[in-house]
Amino acid sequence: MENREKLLEIKNLKQYFNMGQQNEVRAIDGITFDIYKGETLGLVGESGCGKSTTGRTIIRLYEATDGEVLYKGENVHGKKNKKDLKKFNRSMQMIFQDPYASLNPRMKVSDVIAEGIDIHGLAKTKQERMEMVYELLETVGLNREHANRYPHEFSGGQRQRIGIARALAVQPEFIIADEPISALDVSIQAQVVNLLKKLQREKGLTYLFIAHDLSMVKYISDRIGVMYFGKLVELTTAEELYKHPLHPYTQSLLSAIPLPDPESERTRRRKTYDSNIHQYADGEEVKMREVVPGHYVYCSEKELNQYQQQYVK
Amino acid sequence: MENILEVKDLNISFHTFAGEVKAIRGVNFELKKGETLAIVGESGSGKSVTTKAIMRLLPPGNSQIKQGEILFEGKDLTKLSDRQMQKIRGQDISMIFQDPMTSLNPTMTVGKQIMEPLIKHQNMSKSAARERAVQLLKLVGIPKPELRVKQYPHQFSGGMRQRVVIAIALACNPKVLIADEPTTALDVTIQAQILELMKDLQQKIDTSIIFITHDLGVVANVADRVAVMYGGKIVEIGTVDEVFYNPQHPYTWGLISSMPSLDAKDGELYAIPGTPPDLLHPPKGDAFAPRNEYAMQIDLEEQPPMFKVSDTHYAATWLLHPDAPKVEPPEAVKSRMRKFMGMK
Repeated sequence: MENREKLLEIKNLKQYFNMGQQNEVRAIDGITFDIYKGETLGLVGESGCGKSTTGRTIIRLYEATDGEVLYKGENVHGKKNKKDLKKFNRSMQMIFQDPYASLNPRMKVSDVIAEGIDIHGLAKTKQERMEMVYELLETVGLNREHANRYPHEFSGGQRQRIGIARALAVQPEFIIADEPISALDVSIQAQVVNLLKKLQREKGLTYLFIAHDLSMVKYISDRIGVMYFGKLVELTTAEELYKHPLHPYTQSLLSAIPLPDPESERTRRRKTYDSNIHQYADGEEVKMREVVPGHYVYCSEKELNQYQQQYVK
Repeated sequence: MENILEVKDLNISFHTFAGEVKAIRGVNFELKKGETLAIVGESGSGKSVTTKAIMRLLPPGNSQIKQGEILFEGKDLTKLSDRQMQKIRGQDISMIFQDPMTSLNPTMTVGKQIMEPLIKHQNMSKSAARERAVQLLKLVGIPKPELRVKQYPHQFSGGMRQRVVIAIALACNPKVLIADEPTTALDVTIQAQILELMKDLQQKIDTSIIFITHDLGVVANVADRVAVMYGGKIVEIGTVDEVFYNPQHPYTWGLISSMPSLDAKDGELYAIPGTPPDLLHPPKGDAFAPRNEYAMQIDLEEQPPMFKVSDTHYAATWLLHPDAPKVEPPEAVKSRMRKFMGMK
């Protein structure tokens, strides 16, 4: 794992809203993680835990309060000239949650998709531009005839495909998908997830997949980070997280998911999480610690020993 | 067990500029006393329209109940006047809506909104109603109810608001509670709390619940029986074990196999191909046929009737006809069926 190329390094990122005022919100409170090239990192947590803000801060929709986001070793935030910004914007794209709100209703599908192509001057002639749009439409499973229609003529699943085509138009390496399937029907969700996986295989994309549907996240992600109140509390591979959840919050989150299996539902015992159980002493350093290789938990030195013993069992 | 609600051959159409949309095409089911019936299906399958028809909340201008009866304790709700219906709504049958953010009045205190049905239906005095409102808030697990009763909806979180909505729905101890995706807008941890609360309250006041959702996990958690809807019809209905472990309709197979299970290994997720039918021009045969890999010629020509699988389990697919060829269901379904055989 360690010798894999790091595409993105997030270092002690902080995002505070209403700084210094009474209603200061610490949406992200010092999180650190890496995203490796070609992987899918899932980010889960309850609403308000800061997972969407993390995605939005990484792509510079918000200016970070503190900390660094390094993309291929270069800091994303901070002063940049127009040319550098453009280059950066091309390599990182976003797919939004609500396919009804994220497409301009007054623009034709071809113009929605080609907006990035136009801005970055990727097509030399009109014909080349349309060719690119057609190809993108076919990549995401739509037809070239769809190019001349308007967003309202499409269903939710088709719109999400248009959103994906738009993100792909500038040939990015890294895509942030912010709850891309939660607004879709169950049978359509599977179609979109399969499409995202196929594109990743074909184009070698890296994803940050933000969601609250844990079973879908497990299915699509290589590694998963769990967030709680602006902090990353656990980060490990998808398999490992479900097999050996260590942080009590992760355990409570996993125990709350209802499974489509009446037998197991009858016997399911839900755990609740109370952040007071940690009883951190003053001056005790609480940070991400590696319990076993590749499995990080937000804990104190004392808890680390506890978790390691728990793990041996 | 005694039936409290019976829906018989219900047909509902909407008149739009484009023509007549046949949203509900012959729905039959009954709700027994004290049970929870879950209705699952994707958007546009008619699950919300069915329950809105029971509440008589369909828009009066363009919707029409073409045919059928909705019998509540023997009375046909479709024939009642608006006045008579008002007496039933909130008193005997009440409803919880999906979005707790929009289903409360932002300009009224929470207490006033809970008191409204009590004063209207049970002729309670204001002070008695206020006392009861505090009790109800306590019942649904809201801390400091004496203080909270005077607050406005914006002072509550999403999960707390949904508890308030439940308190309003339960104020008059309804005989039937219709919950239309009550937890879809909530986080999993809050969802688990609300589901536990509903099950707990159901036992306390012996209500029958119709639970609409598209989350099969939630269904497995709350339901006694399950009805699967597709294209304005119920395509399969049975006890929760029958539908989850011995499903018969190819659409139910598709739904079950398109869910990633938590112990699933990698590989392609099963996706039902295509999109739901256009009910402006409903298909002549089985509405699911164009998306169904098991479809036969007859599926395109004639709608399948409900075939009996067991006394409690029915499914509308020609595959159950004695002359139909034997087909192999998907692997995910087969492993469930093996479990079902083991359970018996």
